[in-house]
Amino acid sequence: MEPRPRSFYLLAAFFALFVAFLYGPIVTIAILSFQGPQGGLTFPMNGLSLHWFFDLFEKQAVGNIWGAFRRSLALGVMVMAVTVVLSVMGGLAFRRRFLGSGALFYLVIASLIIPSILISLGVGLIFNILDWNVHWATSGFGAQLTWTLPFGLLIMFAVFNRFDKSYEEAARDLGASSWQTVRHVVLPIIAPSLIGVALFGFTLSYDEFARSLLTAGSYNTLPLEIFGMTTNVTSPVLYALGTLTTAFSFLIIASFIALAVVLRRRRARLGSDAGKGMV
Amino acid sequence: MRPKKPLHPDGRTSWLLVSPLVLVLAFFLVLPILTIAVVSFWNYNEFTFFPDFIFDNYLYLLTSSVTLSTYLKTLKFMVLTWIFCTLIGFTVAYFLAFHVRSLGAQIGLFLLCTIPFWTSNIIRMISWIPFLGRNGIANSALIELGVIDAPLDWLLFSDFAVVLAFVHLYVLFMVVPVFNTMMRIDKSLIEAARDAGAGGFAILTNVIIPLSKPGIMIGSIFIVTLVMGDFITVRFMSGGQSASVGRVISNEIALLQYPAAAANAVVLLATVLLMISVMLRFVDIRKEL
Repeated sequence: MEPRPRSFYLLAAFFALFVAFLYGPIVTIAILSFQGPQGGLTFPMNGLSLHWFFDLFEKQAVGNIWGAFRRSLALGVMVMAVTVVLSVMGGLAFRRRFLGSGALFYLVIASLIIPSILISLGVGLIFNILDWNVHWATSGFGAQLTWTLPFGLLIMFAVFNRFDKSYEEAARDLGASSWQTVRHVVLPIIAPSLIGVALFGFTLSYDEFARSLLTAGSYNTLPLEIFGMTTNVTSPVLYALGTLTTAFSFLIIASFIALAVVLRRRRARLGSDAGKGMV
Repeated sequence: MRPKKPLHPDGRTSWLLVSPLVLVLAFFLVLPILTIAVVSFWNYNEFTFFPDFIFDNYLYLLTSSVTLSTYLKTLKFMVLTWIFCTLIGFTVAYFLAFHVRSLGAQIGLFLLCTIPFWTSNIIRMISWIPFLGRNGIANSALIELGVIDAPLDWLLFSDFAVVLAFVHLYVLFMVVPVFNTMMRIDKSLIEAARDAGAGGFAILTNVIIPLSKPGIMIGSIFIVTLVMGDFITVRFMSGGQSASVGRVISNEIALLQYPAAAANAVVLLATVLLMISVMLRFVDIRKEL
């Protein structure tokens, strides 16, 4: 192997700085959330304690964050499930042109680039005019889907662009029906990518703020609750909450990635050739 | 990349498959935008808003001097964020795509860059407080080093903090598409350039940058729309002192002046779409998937 050019070391240093820039702040608040009871929002550390984490469990200290967490969790799972199913269906349909496929493609792109506050305002207005109550599970759910579906669909488009069609044709030649082809050939091949779609669906919903603002109704989701806290809580309890919810996000991300790795290993061990269906 | 093929006879299956998607987008994307357009002509008082057909909302908006200065301010945030995101994002993607040699390391480092994208933006904004605050790490370090005598006040709750947070939150939207485009550059092109006598820098400017343009363009589209429509980063990081188009809209919403907010939203949407349609001339999104 040829030796590394000097630019490599410069760029590697730049990359290390970039990673420090990405993770530095969150690591800082993780450390500060262990402040002693008299500690403030900045260094120095005033002792070391779990005081602010315990504070989170006391109802009067902050709003109803556990209710908000449960709602965000439920909503995230709902959005994830619907995003995966609709993205796979959409991905399958978009493999060939159909009447209106071009227009629908641009609608999906539009969904991604229209500023979130417009979705929030528009959905809020519709519910207001129709005299329906906004609720996180109805209006909030729909508003979040306009953010997660484009990501899911774009991933599926990319997956099917690399999909080796000869496996499918072989199945059909052997007499499989279209449903059997999808169930036993297409889905096993694309399965690892679905984990990616699910990860996007859940995390983007769990952290969504702007589109939920006017559509979540009187019961806040967790990001709305946290934002509410920023205006009236000035103690490290805010950091404790931030640390916990970020740790939760990391846990979710890690388990999704682990799941993808396990799935791939298992497939290789069982001698499945589904992994070869992508070009 | 899908070459244009004749319509498949079984278009009905395709339509059945996309019908739930169409329903969701129709009710939660198209209908809301149409509603905003309609309501922007409605009238309102302190208590409620009601159907009407007036141009006052637009007239007020387009004649107010606040509008122009707010748009200029938002554009300033957008341009600064775009410059930093492009420079940083390109450099990071270039390192990952051309200097990291094993695919495993590439994927691992790429994941390291994307993980923050899946965590909360609000928390990521809050986490700048201990760095930028009056007694924060930045000020303490600078005083320690003797660079400054008194803490800098403009680190937190300022335009500087707004741009810093934007770059922190959105630089991934540049790294990902640029990396994706770079990974598709045929390595033999670079070898050919090297054989023809090009040095590293010449290869970068004559081969890699031109071939990475579609990725840069997609990243730019993301950054333009994210910054132009933002209201929460500007509000939080400027401590409520800076204005942006999104913040004006969210303030009008808070005051229940929905028709005014709607008119503002229509103008914002037109501005964003105009910018994007110009950028889309340089890239075919379907080819980049």
